[in-house]
Amino acid sequence: MKLNSIKIPHLKKSASLRTVDIKLPEKVIIAMSQHGGVPCKPLVSVGDEVKTGQLIGDTDAVMSAPIHSSVTGKVTGVTTVLNVFGNVHEALVIETVPNQVLSDEIAPPVINSRQDFIAAVRKSGSVGLGGAGFPTHIKFSYDPGSVKIDTLIINGAECEPYITSDHRAMLEESEKIIDGAKQIKKYLDIDRAVIAIESNKPDAIEKLSGLAAGETGISVVSLPPAYPQGAEKVIIHSVTGRVVKKGELPSSVGCIVLNCSTAAFISDYLRTGIPLIKRRITVDGNVVNKPKNLIVPIGTRACDIITAADVRTAPDRAIVGGPMMGITFYDEEMPTTKTTNSLLLFAETKKPHHTACIRCGRCVRACSMGLMPTELERAFELKDVERLKKLDVDLCMNCGACSYVCPAKRNLSEKNQLAKMYIREQASLKR
Amino acid sequence: MSQLLIEPSPHIRCTLTTQKVMLNVLIALLPAVIAGTWLFGLRALVLVVLCATFCVLSEWLFNKITKRKQTISDLSAVVTGVLLGLNLPPSLPIYMAAIGCFAAIVVVKQFFGGIGQNFANPAITARIVLMLSFGRYMTTWSAPIVGSLTSPDAVSSATPLAAPDVMPSYLDMFLGIRAGCIGETCIAALLLGGLYLIVRGLIDPVTPVAFIGTVALCALVGGHDVPMQLMSGGLVLGAFFMATDYSTTPLTRRGKLIFGVGCGLITSAIRFFGVYPEGVSFSILIMNIITPLIDRYVRPQPFGAKVKKTPRKNREAVQ
Repeated sequence: MKLNSIKIPHLKKSASLRTVDIKLPEKVIIAMSQHGGVPCKPLVSVGDEVKTGQLIGDTDAVMSAPIHSSVTGKVTGVTTVLNVFGNVHEALVIETVPNQVLSDEIAPPVINSRQDFIAAVRKSGSVGLGGAGFPTHIKFSYDPGSVKIDTLIINGAECEPYITSDHRAMLEESEKIIDGAKQIKKYLDIDRAVIAIESNKPDAIEKLSGLAAGETGISVVSLPPAYPQGAEKVIIHSVTGRVVKKGELPSSVGCIVLNCSTAAFISDYLRTGIPLIKRRITVDGNVVNKPKNLIVPIGTRACDIITAADVRTAPDRAIVGGPMMGITFYDEEMPTTKTTNSLLLFAETKKPHHTACIRCGRCVRACSMGLMPTELERAFELKDVERLKKLDVDLCMNCGACSYVCPAKRNLSEKNQLAKMYIREQASLKR
Repeated sequence: MSQLLIEPSPHIRCTLTTQKVMLNVLIALLPAVIAGTWLFGLRALVLVVLCATFCVLSEWLFNKITKRKQTISDLSAVVTGVLLGLNLPPSLPIYMAAIGCFAAIVVVKQFFGGIGQNFANPAITARIVLMLSFGRYMTTWSAPIVGSLTSPDAVSSATPLAAPDVMPSYLDMFLGIRAGCIGETCIAALLLGGLYLIVRGLIDPVTPVAFIGTVALCALVGGHDVPMQLMSGGLVLGAFFMATDYSTTPLTRRGKLIFGVGCGLITSAIRFFGVYPEGVSFSILIMNIITPLIDRYVRPQPFGAKVKKTPRKNREAVQ
C-alpha cells in the first residue's frame, strides 16, 4: 500500500546558510504553556532576578514539561499572551541584563536507570521540536512490560516548504543527533534507530549516513519528498510499513517518533544539563531579504525576529510554522515557544476566491489518510454528524494537502477542523 | 507596522484553477475541431463555434435572470458547447443546435445548481434530447469532403455502424474519413487530445481504458470486427472526453474503473443487441445516473480506520 501524497515546492532558500545567534533581545515573554497539554504555574514573581536555565514554571500534571528561563534578567511582569491556537495563557516578562550567566542549578544529570533517564528528560523541559510539541518524557514513559518498542524513528523529513531548521540541525549537530539516538536506544532498550530524511537533503543524508555507519543499530533512510512525509503516521508507514490504527499511539506498532532537533537537544542536555531554553528558527517569506536560521531564546518576541530578519517591506501575513500547516498571528509581541520552528513573513499574497467544487477528486487523491475531503465538506455543510463520523473526519491531521490541490480553491482542510469541533460540541450538548 | 491578516492554513495553493482545467480541455479538443473542419468543411467549424457561443450565452442569461453570480469565466460552458458541437452531424440546422445548447446548459446544468452539481453530462444529454427530438436530422450524415472546406450541398451518407456493408478502410477510419458527427470520426485527433489530458494529469486513463477495453472485449467475444468497433461511432470521443467529466463520474479510481466497464458493457449491449446503431451516449448517461451509488459504496480505505460493524437495522440511518 502506498499512501497518497502531493508534490509541493520546496523553497528551502535558507538551507545552505549557517545558523546564527540572534542578538540578545531586550526582553522575553515566556508563556506558561509552551505546547498543547497542561500549563505550568510560575515559580518566580515580579521583581525576582532569574538566571539562564533557571526553573521558572512547573506543574504536577503528567501532560506537561517544566519551563526554564531562557535569559538572565529580572521578572518585570506577569502578563497574558494569546498563543497561535487562540488560547490565552499566563506569561512571565523578563527584561534581560547584558551579563548573561548560567543558573547554578545546571548540572549534567546522573543517570543509572531507565527511570533516571525519563526523569532527566522531563526535567530538561524537552518537547517535540518539530512543531507539535508533545512532551518527550511522555513518549518515553511507556511500560516496557506490556509495550515493546523496536524502532526509534528520528524524523528529519522536514516536508514543509521554506523550513530548514531541522536540515541545519542535521548538518550542524549531526554528532549530537547520532548521540541522542544512541542514548535513547540505550536507556530505553530499543533495537534500532532509523533516521528518516527526505531525499531533497542529500548533504544531511550523506553526513548522517557516514556517522551512522560506525554505530550498531542506527541507520539512515532516504524518503521521497512527498508531502506530508514528516507526519507521524506517514513516516512510521514509510519507514516500517506499519499502520497506526485510528486513535492509537505510535507505541501500538512498536515505534517512537522523535524530531531530529529533539534528539540533538537530548544529547546536549545529557552532556551539559542545560535545559530547553533556545531553539533554531527559520525566518523566510517573500518580504525577507536574507532567509536564514536563527538560534533564539524561547520567549523572543516575533517583532525582534522580524527586525533580525531584514524585511524589505512590512509583512501583511505572519505565520508560525510552515506554509502548509502553520498558523497566522496578528500580534507582533507574540513570543516564540519551544515549538516555533519557523517564522514566515509574506506581503501581497492574495488568496484566490473559492468557486464551486467541480468534483475533480484531486482532494481524494491527495489525502494520505484516505479520506474524501469533498464529501466531508458536503457533510459538514449539512451538519451531518453521523456522516462526518462515518467518513472518519477524526483522521484528518490538517496537513492541508486537499486545500492545496483544489482547483476551486476551497478551504477543505479548514472545514475538517470545523467539523471535528462541531462533532465535539454536539457530543458535549448531548451530555 | 502594517496589519497582519489571519487566515486558515494552508497558506499556499497550487496554481491550477477550474478555468485552467477547462482551458486545457479546450486545448485537448482543438485537434478534433481542426480535424472536423478538415473533414466536413467550414460549416462544421461554424456549428461548433456557434454551439460554444450559445452555451455561454445560455449560462450568462440564466445567471442574469436568476440573479446569480456570473460563472461564464470558468469556461465550462465553452467546453460543453464545443463538446456538443463535436457530437452533432455537420449539416444539423443551427436552430436545433441552439435548442441543444439551451437543454445542455439551462436544463441539465444550471437547473441542478450549475458547475459541479449536475448529475448528467450536459453535452451527452443534449445530444440525446436532439436525437429524440430531431431524429432524422441527427442521423443525416454528410460524407466527408476532405480538405475542400466548402461543399455545395451535403451528400447523405450512412455511418459504418448503421450500414456495415459500406466499410471504409482502417486507415480511413483512423483519420476520420467516414460519415459521422463532426468530432467523433478522427480517431488520431481524439487520441492526441486524450493523451494530452492524461499527460497533464487532468483525466485518469483508467476510465477510457476500461471503457474502450470493455467494448473491445465484448466485440471480440461477439465475433465482431474489433478495430472497426473501436474506431466507429462516438466511442473514442465519449471515452476520453465525456466519460471523464468530473461532475458526473465517480471520484475514486476504483469507481472510475466500474464506470468505464459499465459504459463499455452498455455500449456493447446497445450496439450488438439494441435498435440503435450507437450506444455510447446512452451508456454514459446511464452510468452518470449510477455514479452517486458508485461513490457511496466505492470509497478509499481510511488509514488505520477500524472496520465498523453497523447493525443492519441502523444502517439506513447512518448512510
